[in-house]
Amino acid sequence: MAGIGGAVTTGRKARWTVLNVLVVAYALVPVLWIVSLSFKTKETLGDGNFIPRAWTFDNYKAIFATTEFVRALVNSIGIALIATAVAVVFGTMAAYAIARLDFPGKRLLVGVSLLIAMFPQISLVSPLFEIERTLGLFDTWPGLILPYITFALPLAIYTLSAFFREIPWELEKAAKMDGATPGQAFRRVIAPLAAPGVFTTAILVFIFCWNDFLFAISLTSTESSRTVPVALSFFTGSSQFEDPTGSIAAAAVVITIPIILFVLFFQRRIVAGLTSGAVKG
Amino acid sequence: MSHALDAEPRLSPKAKAALSEGKKAERRLGLLLCAPAILIMAAVAGWPILYSLWLSLQRYDLKFPDRTEFVGLDNYVTVLTNPYWWNAMWVTVLITVVSVAVELVLGMALALIMHRTLVGRGIVRTSTLIPYGIVTVVAAFSWRYAWTPGTGYLAETVAGGDPVLTEKIPAIMVVTLAEIWKTTPFMALLLMAGLALVPDDLLKAAAMDGASAWQRFTKVMVPVMKPAILVALLFRTLDAFRIFDNLFVLTAGSQGTSSVSMLTYNNLIKGLNLGIGSTMSVLIFIAVAVIAFVFVKLFGTAAPGGDGGGRR
Repeated sequence: MAGIGGAVTTGRKARWTVLNVLVVAYALVPVLWIVSLSFKTKETLGDGNFIPRAWTFDNYKAIFATTEFVRALVNSIGIALIATAVAVVFGTMAAYAIARLDFPGKRLLVGVSLLIAMFPQISLVSPLFEIERTLGLFDTWPGLILPYITFALPLAIYTLSAFFREIPWELEKAAKMDGATPGQAFRRVIAPLAAPGVFTTAILVFIFCWNDFLFAISLTSTESSRTVPVALSFFTGSSQFEDPTGSIAAAAVVITIPIILFVLFFQRRIVAGLTSGAVKG
Repeated sequence: MSHALDAEPRLSPKAKAALSEGKKAERRLGLLLCAPAILIMAAVAGWPILYSLWLSLQRYDLKFPDRTEFVGLDNYVTVLTNPYWWNAMWVTVLITVVSVAVELVLGMALALIMHRTLVGRGIVRTSTLIPYGIVTVVAAFSWRYAWTPGTGYLAETVAGGDPVLTEKIPAIMVVTLAEIWKTTPFMALLLMAGLALVPDDLLKAAAMDGASAWQRFTKVMVPVMKPAILVALLFRTLDAFRIFDNLFVLTAGSQGTSSVSMLTYNNLIKGLNLGIGSTMSVLIFIAVAVIAFVFVKLFGTAAPGGDGGGRR
């Protein structure tokens, strides 16, 4: 790579380094700031210093001692995992059909799911609020899982059908010619090829569910199904005289950890997943 | 698809019958595989949309449930003559236009950096994914505390100790900044996918012919990237139009900073007025449909969905 377009001079390298440092700082400063807040002691919380003058784990200890946060964390994890699992399974089925089979209404399905992906979520909140209250789904796990699946499905179908189009399906036929049963051909040949795409999609869908705030705040009313982003916005500190800043910062850092892990380990996949659907149309 | 159509006339009648038998099975399987996805989307998105149309024609306030009745378009008149609604609409449009415009410029710069950097490409890409992935509420709290006088690092240095989040225009600017920070990487990734389509040879040839860097950008890269740019713009415009999380945490819609989503939420969940809330929902839906329609009309097949089955 380095050879293209002449030798890479030290000057050019230095210029790129400066640009890169700028980009990394842009991305990380707000995150480091909330991390810094979460480690500040009560006394130094208001000093406005970017780096804590005194460090403490008290904020973390405090939030994990409240049911408010722990319950919300359990809700967040459970709801996001279930919604992701269902959306990916149904999305995989639909995407396989779209990528490989010819059937009536295929374009309509693609069009409609694109429409849903671009939907203003608030437009669904009012009717869902009323429908879920009538059906008894309001403030329950399924009450959040269902809208998450609905909005995750278009994302899953889009990303997966783009991935599936790239799979060399002739290999399946070749395996069958060599005497493999359809089941074996699928397990040994197709599944390993499709797995990375499915996995990438699962990450994107999980991030979407993990991130949601509007549905979570509108369709829940108690701790029993409130997710962390919503619980955060209701934090008042352990007593009403206490400033909740430290607790909010600590809780915010906790729910950022999975995102950081995904990004660190699956950077390439996430980039591929985000861009595949968009470029392929 | 087109291959199958071309091949068909050449087959003998017998083979054709077998093919259509196979075709039927294929259709059945296709529909069967899509059925769960279609059912869920129809039940949780399709039906509620129709239902909200119905609700929007009712006077329906959960505080006075016995006064519920069909009022036709009264709610629409109420909303469309309400100054709060129009203020929220302008705030939303302002945030959308400014943030998308800035993001396009910044995103393009970021895409070029990510695409061409000679050192540390992995680190750059990894760190730009963090704003994309981070929970919006978390980022919003980070900004809120950063701008809070006494607590924040930006409040003293940039704002000179002014409580920026309590005045309309500065607050809208902060919200827009938070929005730009969060979504520029997404824009950049979409643009980068377009950049990857620009042939290197073409750029080299242009450079040989004496085109400056700017000319190479406007005359070679942008035309090739046009579809990617339009997709990114459409995605981001519609996404910015539904802004809610950032506003909720940063200003909670005070001082006239409500977006249309925020106003709807307040009428619906806080005010428990289902009729008015649904009317606003329908109006936002229409606004989004108009934006999407304008994009597709202006840019034709370059817009997603315009070319149907997709390019291969």
